[in-house]
Amino acid sequence: MNTEKNIKTLIIKKPLKLDCGKTINNFPIAFETYGSLNENKDNAILVFHALTGDQFVTGLNPVTKKDGWWSFAVGPDKAIDTNKYFVICSNVIGGCMGSYGPSHKDPETQKTFGTDFPVITINDMVNAQYNLLEQFGINKLFAITGGSMGGMQVLQFITNFPDKAKTVIPIATTSSHSAQNIAFNELGRQAITADSNWKDGNYEVNKTNPGKGLAVARMAAHITYLSKKGLQEKFGRKLQEREDLKFGFDADFQIESYLRYQGSVFVDRFDANSYLYITRAMDYFDLVKQFYGNLSDAFKNTKAKFFVISFTSDWLYPTQENKDIVIALNSIGADVGFVEIVSDKGHDSFLLDVPDFLNALKNFLDKSYTELKNEK
Amino acid sequence: MKNEFKVISDLIEDNKKVLDVGCADGTLMQFLKENKNINVRGLEISKEKVQECIAKGLTVIEGNAEKDLKQFPDKSFDYVVLSQTLQAFLSPELVLDELLRVGKKAIVTIPNFGNWKVRLHLLFKGTMPITKSLPEQWHSTPNLHMCTIKDFVDFIKSKEIKMIKTLVLNNNNVSNITNNNLGTKNLFADLGIFLIEK
Repeated sequence: MNTEKNIKTLIIKKPLKLDCGKTINNFPIAFETYGSLNENKDNAILVFHALTGDQFVTGLNPVTKKDGWWSFAVGPDKAIDTNKYFVICSNVIGGCMGSYGPSHKDPETQKTFGTDFPVITINDMVNAQYNLLEQFGINKLFAITGGSMGGMQVLQFITNFPDKAKTVIPIATTSSHSAQNIAFNELGRQAITADSNWKDGNYEVNKTNPGKGLAVARMAAHITYLSKKGLQEKFGRKLQEREDLKFGFDADFQIESYLRYQGSVFVDRFDANSYLYITRAMDYFDLVKQFYGNLSDAFKNTKAKFFVISFTSDWLYPTQENKDIVIALNSIGADVGFVEIVSDKGHDSFLLDVPDFLNALKNFLDKSYTELKNEK
Repeated sequence: MKNEFKVISDLIEDNKKVLDVGCADGTLMQFLKENKNINVRGLEISKEKVQECIAKGLTVIEGNAEKDLKQFPDKSFDYVVLSQTLQAFLSPELVLDELLRVGKKAIVTIPNFGNWKVRLHLLFKGTMPITKSLPEQWHSTPNLHMCTIKDFVDFIKSKEIKMIKTLVLNNNNVSNITNNNLGTKNLFADLGIFLIEK
């Protein structure tokens, strides 16, 4: 799927027992870093990416030749200031930007895994990424953050490693994937598996490409990342390079053309099987169930400072689901702040230029870092 | 910092855990944090004010006291502060009960509707009083349940809430309320400050 060059990988030798019961070892994790780690190693921020993200957080993504997925938030003088902080991000296992995933070869059979790759979970993802701390000799991260599925990893990480982060910033996320979100993910998976080129996941051997299915999956998902108001204002009923309706099934409307474009560019950079695996991991995420119905228990061993952020027009991971995390934290007296940012950009708000969000993120990080320095 | 906050701050010992309900821009929180080593949290309904608090490095939760206090466990704070907002709630009684559930003690301040300027305004002008501490017109005021210091004292007594300290502010002078001077204080004070517990 991707070229080997420009991708830094760490080979994890230690066996990792997955939630599905299988154990993996000697597997690669692809990562990228920005900024520099200071002498005390107290300025590291671990960023977790969302469903279709990767380790290339900011700057030019060397594989896609596009801006990194969080370029608005991460970089010199930005909210997550790389002049100040050392940012680490890795591709999740199950992904397709260099980390161990379904497009890798099974060491036993030397065949591409496809759907023989073990089903992975958010818990498996963070357990794999934990190895990066050892790699860099970081005892405690200054912050962990991420939006959407990145936020789920944030919550799981601090649950698994309660004393490994000073501050915790889950954004536009949930502690338990909702029925509606599982439904949308299933729609995407069905679109992929219904593509005759998918070949039960063995499209690489068959030299086919389930691009149509993957594009439809992306189009459907893309709608869920936007808000009705945002779509209406951007596209309305505007027509695509034509004076009038054509009475056919071409893309008459700009919104149709936009979605088709989004679908087509996605296919070039993303692996269909990875899409199945990662959406499955999201669906399986239920931190509430992991703690037998009491989310507070997930966080009872951490002294970290939390800051939860949601967006008004995000109907995929709505404010209430983010507030549930705040409530669970408050009920055990944890240090937690919360703000809902006004934006009509939907779930995608966390990836876009939303000044109130970026300011809040920057202020929280910078003030917390100053406090950390003063403690010493 | 306004005098009211100085009085509130003096009521709180160092190193305590405090929740400031309706913390606004966090002025009181910042003072408590920096001068008394207080572990302080804020609850604030205005998004702009929440942002201001974050910019000051304060821990604040965007929320509504009438709905969002219930997430805090019983007696999880040493003090819960509510400054000049009790009268703005749909149900001040429920909020007061919640303050005393969440806090071991509560500090509540109320603008005094019994102040002589307010009384004269209504008596002579015949319109709803507009004063420095009550600047809004009747139709745009957030204050739904105005009360006097005397009203509040009676209310507290009827609810069997213990009044540990009752103070008034009058032109920046602080004094105590006693059973003997309640009528006078109710006439001259701008603000009542009550340290209570249940």
